[in-house]
Amino acid sequence: MRYLPLTEADRASMLARIGVAEIDALFADVPDGALLRDLPDLPRRKGEMEVERILGRMAARNVAASSVPFFVGAGAYKHHIPATVDHVIQRSEFLTSYTPYQPEIAQGTLQYLFEFQTQVAALTGMEVANASMYDGSTGTAEAVLMAHRVTRRRKAVLSGGLHAHYAEVVRTTTQMAGDEVVSLPPDVTASEDIIARIDDETSCVVVQSPDVFGNLRDLRPIAAAAQKHGALLIAVFTEAVSLGLVESPGAQGADIVVGEGQSIGVPLSFGGPYVGLFATRQKYIRQMPGRLCGETVDAEGRRGFVLTLSTREQHIRRDKATSNICTNSGLCCLAFTIHMSLLGEAGLSRLARINHAAAIKLADALAAVPGVEVMTKAFFNEITLRLPKPAAGVVETLAGQGILAGVPASRLYPGQGLDDLLIVASTEVNTDEDRAALVTALTGALA
Amino acid sequence: MMNRQGRPSSTEGSVLAEHPTFTGNRALAQEEPLLFEIGRADVTGVDLDEPEAFTPRLGGLERTVPIGLPGLSEPETMRHYVRLSQQNYGIDTGLFPLGSCTMKHNARLNEKMARLPGFGDVHPLQPVSTVQGALELMAELSRYLTELTGMPAVALQPKAGAHGELCGLMAIKAAIAARGEAETRNVVLVPESAHGTNPATAALIGFKVRSVPARDDGWVHIADVRPLLGPDIAAIMLTNPNTCGLFEPRAKMIADALHECGGYFYCDGANFNAIVGKVRPGDLGVDAMHINLHKTFSTPHGGGGPGAGPVVLSERLAPYAPVPFVVDVEEVSYKDAGPASVSALVEAARGRGTVTSDEVLALRKPELFSKDGWDAAVAELRAAGIEVTGDPSPLVVRHSSLDLIEDAAWYDEDAQPFGRMVAFHGQMGMFVRALAYMLSHGADGMRQASEDAVLGANYIRASLSDLMSLPFGDKPCMHEVLFDDTWLADTGVTTLDFAKAMIDEGYHPMTMYFPLVVHGAMLIEPTESESKASLDLFIAAMRDLAMAAKAKQTERFKGAPFHAPRRRLDETGAARKPVLRWTPPAPVAAQAAE
Repeated sequence: MRYLPLTEADRASMLARIGVAEIDALFADVPDGALLRDLPDLPRRKGEMEVERILGRMAARNVAASSVPFFVGAGAYKHHIPATVDHVIQRSEFLTSYTPYQPEIAQGTLQYLFEFQTQVAALTGMEVANASMYDGSTGTAEAVLMAHRVTRRRKAVLSGGLHAHYAEVVRTTTQMAGDEVVSLPPDVTASEDIIARIDDETSCVVVQSPDVFGNLRDLRPIAAAAQKHGALLIAVFTEAVSLGLVESPGAQGADIVVGEGQSIGVPLSFGGPYVGLFATRQKYIRQMPGRLCGETVDAEGRRGFVLTLSTREQHIRRDKATSNICTNSGLCCLAFTIHMSLLGEAGLSRLARINHAAAIKLADALAAVPGVEVMTKAFFNEITLRLPKPAAGVVETLAGQGILAGVPASRLYPGQGLDDLLIVASTEVNTDEDRAALVTALTGALA
Repeated sequence: MMNRQGRPSSTEGSVLAEHPTFTGNRALAQEEPLLFEIGRADVTGVDLDEPEAFTPRLGGLERTVPIGLPGLSEPETMRHYVRLSQQNYGIDTGLFPLGSCTMKHNARLNEKMARLPGFGDVHPLQPVSTVQGALELMAELSRYLTELTGMPAVALQPKAGAHGELCGLMAIKAAIAARGEAETRNVVLVPESAHGTNPATAALIGFKVRSVPARDDGWVHIADVRPLLGPDIAAIMLTNPNTCGLFEPRAKMIADALHECGGYFYCDGANFNAIVGKVRPGDLGVDAMHINLHKTFSTPHGGGGPGAGPVVLSERLAPYAPVPFVVDVEEVSYKDAGPASVSALVEAARGRGTVTSDEVLALRKPELFSKDGWDAAVAELRAAGIEVTGDPSPLVVRHSSLDLIEDAAWYDEDAQPFGRMVAFHGQMGMFVRALAYMLSHGADGMRQASEDAVLGANYIRASLSDLMSLPFGDKPCMHEVLFDDTWLADTGVTTLDFAKAMIDEGYHPMTMYFPLVVHGAMLIEPTESESKASLDLFIAAMRDLAMAAKAKQTERFKGAPFHAPRRRLDETGAARKPVLRWTPPAPVAAQAAE
């Protein structure tokens, strides 16, 4: 077997050194009957070519985003990733290293984590960021738990613009912990009065912008109201590119900012692995979940980096830890950091302008399709349409014509009367031809 | 800021120490500033055309505050990160005996497969009809995981081991709530030797944690568990093979005792790699176990993630598995099966001469969902004198053979998912890599890998036990061998010193000071990826270091590492005054420098 270096002669001589006659002598603690005699009922080993054939066949049954006019968003976005990113993250020393517990031989990882934290803090307009969460949704749940610790209250209020799956993850996590969650109903046009729902028992109010329907939301009045009641504002985003053009949540008064970083450097990959961004104010750092990388010096006074404030973490504090997270999204942080270094502020703002311009073009073109109503007025690169018939069927019809048109709201909110809504995203990868194809196909499907 | 323009380095003096370089670099050992010290605000390494003029529709929320992100050109970016990479140790660099972390070979075939556009470039919310291969891969991975563990169900979503623990405990909590015992059954037992994630996870969702004391043989004893059992016990979290590198011989007895008292048996599967193809956790009474795909099935650790932690579940917990999950659509489309075969359908339709297309589909044969299969069935019926009426309704024909259930309510009334753990469907990229590993190894290769991992650890044990102390006596271990620091007594060398000296020998240190039940623990896991020559060299290096320690050559240890990119780092200082991000130098200082 190509991955196993030991020969039969090696195995025999090693068993002799150990002083046992056969390998199963080393499994002597396994109770009688539990040690398997037969191999599992699975195929035998395969060479590279055969594995490529099998997996290649499966992959070919999927429609790749790059192969069609593609407008699917709602929490994950198709962006172009520079070739440099994927090359560098496959460097052996990054790909095959471990969590940097031995900092003297992990400065590469630690320095990029320090750069990542700095970039995330800058992008979100916050003072500090951690070294990542699993993704935006789990980061949001962690933010709510952190708000409970900070405020010593146990009631979270979730906006109806928060991604349905994020809200579900928050509810699952916090209700298991015995905490209260108030979820506002789906808010397609950003018209909810969330401020009225904040009271003196509220630990945090969770608002997404751009929200799941594409609306940009003004966080400032919500931040002020939260502050008045001693609650924290948790600002969520799923489209990191928006922060190149939109006022940062930090500048709008957010206390904790969590987001999905997939848009910068991380492929769609059917939903994971992604990278959760998590930033807050300096005064809350000891309540933060997850790893933190900090600057220090070595014995010769040279600058270096280490994981720090680990007394918050599970391997030290066990059941008193701020979170159970251990492994996070290390390599996706690296992808994010490289892509962000390539973009820089100039590139990111231009990328954001291209996305916004693309969405404006799309909104105008779709508004002209008979029967289509564009529901979203202030947006970044995503809008919600009302169609004259159920969106799921329309999406299916268009998929049959080789166009991936967007996400039917019913996929995220089944049985909630949103069947005629379609969420459509447009990014820099869309050409005018892509948009024209969508308009033509949609016109036909609705005729 | 350092002047990085090229200049000849000094040539004064005759020994290395007297040849300081101007740049601070030493040949291949390059010092690298932070991105923020070399980047410029107006530089970008991505060529994008400015869009045509447009009027923003941002609702007045345009950014007013600059971000403060410098950019680099492409060559600068490449050099910056390549230089950083050269300050890291990876599996491809050398033996990485980090116990419990399983640093085995990461095959590049797996990377290649995960990057196929059909896997890497697919959106999680595309129509299910356009991701049949992705669902097939998830179903196939599930089949491998359930077969290898002897468990009936699996939840794929958890994003890492700790997240898998959370998934398992949530399923347990939901099952307890369904029995009406949510208020009273709220204690989770955790042995003192457990990973820190175990108690942290239990506490996260409101369980009380009670510790099971450690014994001096490294095992958890039924006699220590039994007195703790009662109507308040929700579960035990037991790692098997355990963190001392030993198989828990009483795991099944402990499981039975838990079940008897109404509790559940959670197995931490971090060390499953020792027993794949040798032991099925399902045979030991396990109710839930996470599997670290990044350990056992070699998806890369990537400097701390991403991982993946699918959880296998027993019959008792399967109904509570979270959404989403993949199902065979035949099981959900037709509650009432039609006749079992075409000939039975012919029999049923005799006298009528016709059947509807839906009656044909009710045969529930997967091939009917392809055009060829459908045409063949119609032809067979026609040959028997029976016409098929009505086109198969488009909805049904386009309906895929695999479906992704995101809302369980309509799917199965027995399903009571406890909720959702992640926004989408889990770590697809890791699923592809893990399945590529499994297909490559096969049943035979996976079993051989477990045996070789155990063999390697025992070979190290047998080769070092005369110099280093084994806390539980000289008995066989599983895939990792645990030493304590008794043998270092009076040498002036600590476990930490020893670990840092290993760095100078070209090795990544073993896991140190874990598990907590052993003083100065050194947990060594070589994995099956090492050749005998590599193991022999490692053993020789360890013996040389051990003898130096015993000879009290403390200078070799106390200041170590001497040859790494950095000497020991001040971790206390870092925690006392945390600096967690770069900030621009104060303007006054900058002016003074100019």
